[in-house]
Amino acid sequence: MVTLKKVAEVLEAQVVSGQEGLGRTVKQACGSDMMSDVLAYAKEDFVLLTGLLNIQVVRTADVSDAAALIFVRDKHPEQEVLLAAKDKGIPVLYTRYTMFEACGRLYELGLRGCSAKDRK
Amino acid sequence: MEEIYTVIPDDFERAGAASTSLKDLLKKLGLSPELIRRIAIGTYEGEMNCLIHGGGGRIRAEIGPQDIRVSIEDHGPGIPDVQKAMQEGWSTASAKIRAMGFGAGMGLPNMKKVSDEMQIDTQVGKGTRVTLVFHLPG
Repeated sequence: MVTLKKVAEVLEAQVVSGQEGLGRTVKQACGSDMMSDVLAYAKEDFVLLTGLLNIQVVRTADVSDAAALIFVRDKHPEQEVLLAAKDKGIPVLYTRYTMFEACGRLYELGLRGCSAKDRK
Repeated sequence: MEEIYTVIPDDFERAGAASTSLKDLLKKLGLSPELIRRIAIGTYEGEMNCLIHGGGGRIRAEIGPQDIRVSIEDHGPGIPDVQKAMQEGWSTASAKIRAMGFGAGMGLPNMKKVSDEMQIDTQVGKGTRVTLVFHLPG
């Protein structure tokens, strides 16, 4: 189990919102720009890493109970998307690392993937 | 108790709003987070299908003493081959929809996975209704 605070540190991330929720712990991460796959694979207590910037990222994070939303390669969504995340209480982080690097760092930290072989 | 939500055609910005509203309602009813998560994911997948393939429609959530039934109905083109549509990875979504993060061909199989029962009623040229049933504990 890893705290979101530790996740933010490892990714040298800017915490855009949800600072108060960083004590929550996570076990897994899901890195994808395909929300369909996130919905099919992600489990509870996970962080969602994505380079996709539309509102559906927040809706996907909300319905699948993502603990945090991490935008990779220094991509920043529109204000409206940030407000939606804030409204749902989902912490938002920005990292300069690419998807590959960010996922690698989190794996090294002890987070694991939402593997297809574990699906029901 | 019954809730009705409208899915507006081509309104990608609002798509998913019905599912998140339903999720907020279920939280207030005090259901388990795991059950709420399954219902929210199933409804959201259905809502996106309804918008992407069905040209919009209606979502009805019936909250009963023994189960919760969510039916997603559209008057779109229907599904000519349900068996194919149930295969993971099979999709007819456009490149535009894929660029938005959807259309991976995981929707219907995932709806089946998260629900306790699923029924698909579809007629080519008339539309589709997908009903998801979630059993309540006890």
